[in-house]
Amino acid sequence: MDAFTTHTGTAAPLRRSNVDTDQIIPAEYLKRITRTGFEDGLFVAWRTNEPDFVLNKPEYADASILVAGPDFGTGSSREHANWALLDGGYKVVISARFADIFRNNSTKSGLLTVVLPAADVEALQDACETDPTLAVTVDLVAREVRWADRVSGFEIDDYTRWRLLEGLDDIGLTERHLGDIDAFEAARPAWKPRTLA
Amino acid sequence: MGQTLAQKVYEQHVVRRTEGEPDLLYIDLHLVHEVTSPQAFDGLRAAGRTVRRPDLTMSTEDHNVPTTNLLAPIADPVSRAQVEALRTNTAEFGIRQAPMGTRDQGIVHVIGPQLGLTQPGMTIVCGDSHTSTHGAFGALAFGIGTSEVEHVLATQTLTQRPAKQMSVRVDGELPLGVSAKDVILAVIAEIGTGGGQGHVIEYRGSAIEALSMESRMTICNMSIEAGARAGLIAPDETTFAYLQGRDHAPSGEDWDAAVAAWRELRTDDDAVFDREVVIDAASLTPYVTWGTNPGQGLPIGAAVPDPASFADESDRAAAESALAYMGLTAGTPLREISVDTVFLGSCTNGRIEDLRVAAELLRGNHVAADTRMLVVPGSVFVKQQAEEEGLDAVFTAAGAEWRGAGCSMCLGMNPDQLAPGERSASTSNRNFQGRQGKGGRTHLVSPAVAAATAITGRLTAPADLQTAGA
Repeated sequence: MDAFTTHTGTAAPLRRSNVDTDQIIPAEYLKRITRTGFEDGLFVAWRTNEPDFVLNKPEYADASILVAGPDFGTGSSREHANWALLDGGYKVVISARFADIFRNNSTKSGLLTVVLPAADVEALQDACETDPTLAVTVDLVAREVRWADRVSGFEIDDYTRWRLLEGLDDIGLTERHLGDIDAFEAARPAWKPRTLA
Repeated sequence: MGQTLAQKVYEQHVVRRTEGEPDLLYIDLHLVHEVTSPQAFDGLRAAGRTVRRPDLTMSTEDHNVPTTNLLAPIADPVSRAQVEALRTNTAEFGIRQAPMGTRDQGIVHVIGPQLGLTQPGMTIVCGDSHTSTHGAFGALAFGIGTSEVEHVLATQTLTQRPAKQMSVRVDGELPLGVSAKDVILAVIAEIGTGGGQGHVIEYRGSAIEALSMESRMTICNMSIEAGARAGLIAPDETTFAYLQGRDHAPSGEDWDAAVAAWRELRTDDDAVFDREVVIDAASLTPYVTWGTNPGQGLPIGAAVPDPASFADESDRAAAESALAYMGLTAGTPLREISVDTVFLGSCTNGRIEDLRVAAELLRGNHVAADTRMLVVPGSVFVKQQAEEEGLDAVFTAAGAEWRGAGCSMCLGMNPDQLAPGERSASTSNRNFQGRQGKGGRTHLVSPAVAAATAITGRLTAPADLQTAGA
């Protein structure tokens, strides 16, 4: 996972609520066994069927921050949704509310999800609609999003922030505690099921 | 202060707890399927890691598998490659795998309970959001992404933080023809698709206690549609009776020890929930969805809502976009909506009881002339059981298609898909745009409503059939 400290880029306003994982990337794109190249499935139905879809507009072609309506990422556990956004050039998604699994997956894949108050999300959507070239900075060190003369703080727990800042992979961190896992396993009840004979 | 059921199960699995870090939680059972695992196995290989506990891991192929021509190779080369990758990966890492056609193959969330691998008090994960299904046994079960699949394969643990606790209490008796599916659709309509975010839901109350295990699975299955990663129900005699004698259930003295431990798995009287929702079972009727998220549901006697009637601006915009996508007009009675396809199946409603309910309504009736009905059992075992009971004959005599086991049209990763503009009544769990096929329009319903709808060709409650003398 790449480290994330601070990112400055332009933002695209996606004024839709309940953007589910089937919209972010439909199931037919999940048949691949690779971990990259999912950008062709990103919002593909809306891109194809709605000529006016905001992400079809050339002024948002280089946007790296997605500013979405509430309940972004509902539905499936597919991490492909996070990969598709990363492959599509996004580093950050900002919303007033995220689905739990999507948000959790983002902390593993290096896509930063930022929760801002609904009013600030709308203000940012307004701002990047008015000026698609507006520079927006997402600062994980300071835990704030800055654009024009606005500053909006966000919360993220210290541990997740540290892991993202360092770009650390969870498995390596957990492997430091194999002794604890061994001890736990030794105390598990014998009647717990096993899949192998 | 007392603990909730979910807190008890969680605390029993904490491997390591340190200030300022997430807990390390032990995982008792890891279910694996072909879609969300290949990149995880690649990750293990790249890092030179092994699977720590293949004996706590079970895999099967379900999302991609066709439901016709079961003996032929999978026609779609990309689907075939994904299934082949699962077979190769599980063989390499020593994981049990149930391939197409064998008794244990089926939707992961159907085979876990069927094999007795799903038991009370366990932690269960799978790279699939409907892992919440297993909560019906009083297990803490939730979906994870591929990075976490790799983490569990490598370490048999996950980093976690305690969730907030929500109680959904359903008291009273469900009216005839109202099922678990209607209960959960009503819950989601009430609290919304984000209502359970950050929470584990415990379903409680006399109406929940009266449900069979399979109905409890239907309820817990759709917790994720209410925004909750996990939903669970305290184990009781119904749970123990379901489990006893299954392949992987404990036996002899182990059974007694297990049941003694399972009886402790109840929310303490003085436990405090962060949020409580109460629903009167007697007030419920069959529910159907009209929109493109599972919270957009109403009693079947209602009409398509007017977007202007929503106070919240984002709800109003969502309703407008949903009606446009669904090709519906505000004010149309839901019962007047004609459907092209009825899908009976999925991890929500693809178990034997679901097939029995639908077959009972279809017996002596016929699927409407312009409607097709697909019946897809949740597993090969369910299929065999249904055939032993003669249900397949009832379905085919009624003009429905009797298919092989898998996820099928729930998400259309196999050839079972809706055509653009085609409308379905589906017993699955998601009515998202394009979920069942590009441009497809989905109404989520119970198995009984699915069968009644197949007969009339319009959204129909089972009770309507008697009134109409059908």
